[in-house]
Amino acid sequence: MKVKVLYFARLREAVGRDREEVELPSGVATVAALRDWLVARGDPWASAFGEIRRIRAAVDQQMATDEAALTDGAEVAFFPPVTGG
Amino acid sequence: MPVRVQREDFDAGAEIARLRADDPRVGAVASFIGVARDRNDGARVASMTLEHYPGMTERALEDIVAQAKRRWDVIEILVIHRVGELKPLDQIVLVVVTGSHRGDAFAACEFVMDYLKTEAPFWKKESTPDGTRWVDARDSDDAARDRWNERDMPR
Repeated sequence: MKVKVLYFARLREAVGRDREEVELPSGVATVAALRDWLVARGDPWASAFGEIRRIRAAVDQQMATDEAALTDGAEVAFFPPVTGG
Repeated sequence: MPVRVQREDFDAGAEIARLRADDPRVGAVASFIGVARDRNDGARVASMTLEHYPGMTERALEDIVAQAKRRWDVIEILVIHRVGELKPLDQIVLVVVTGSHRGDAFAACEFVMDYLKTEAPFWKKESTPDGTRWVDARDSDDAARDRWNERDMPR
C-alpha cells in the first residue's frame, strides 16, 4: 500500500522535507507501525523522531492514535504538539 | 464562513457587526483577541512565523466550533486565525460568540480558545536575538483544555 506522509514544523525541518510518498511493506498498517518503519530507515527519520517529544499524528486530516489503521492512498501527517492561538 | 485562516489582519469591530447584523435574538457578544507579545520565555521576540496544515486546520477549527455549539446555547461563532509572519502588537486570533445571554457566550468563547490552543494544527516559530526557535507546547494549555471535561454538561 502507498501512503502520503507529511511533516510539519520542527519535525519538517529535522526530516528535511515536508512530504513524501512511501510504498509500505505488508504488515505496516497502523500509525505506530508506519512511524517505526520510517525510523528503521535510519537518519534523518531516526534522529528526527528520536529528538522531538510527543509527536502527534493525523490520518486523512483527523487527529489519530498510534493504533489508527492506514488504508491505501491515506494522507498521514506527523507533527509536534501544536502552538497556535 | 465561521472559520477563516488567513495572512491578512482582521477588523474585530467589523466582524462583530457582521456576525450579529439583523439578528434581534442576540443579547450578548463575547470575543477574544490573541496578540503577539514582544517577549516569551525570557527572550525578546522580534517576529514569529505561524505555520499550519492547510485543510486539516480548517477542519479542526470547524469541529471545535461544532462542539461548542452543541454544548452551549449560542447563536453564531466566528474564528479567524492568521498565519505567516507576525510582529509584536499584531493580532493573531479572533473568536467571537453571539448568544442570547452572556453566560453561555463567555463559556463557549473560552472553550473554543482552550481547544484551539491544543487541537488546531498551528505552530509558532519565534525570531529572537539568539536566532530562531520553535515554541514549545505548554502543559498549562493541556490543563486548560482538560478542565472542560471535568465540568458538568449544561442542560
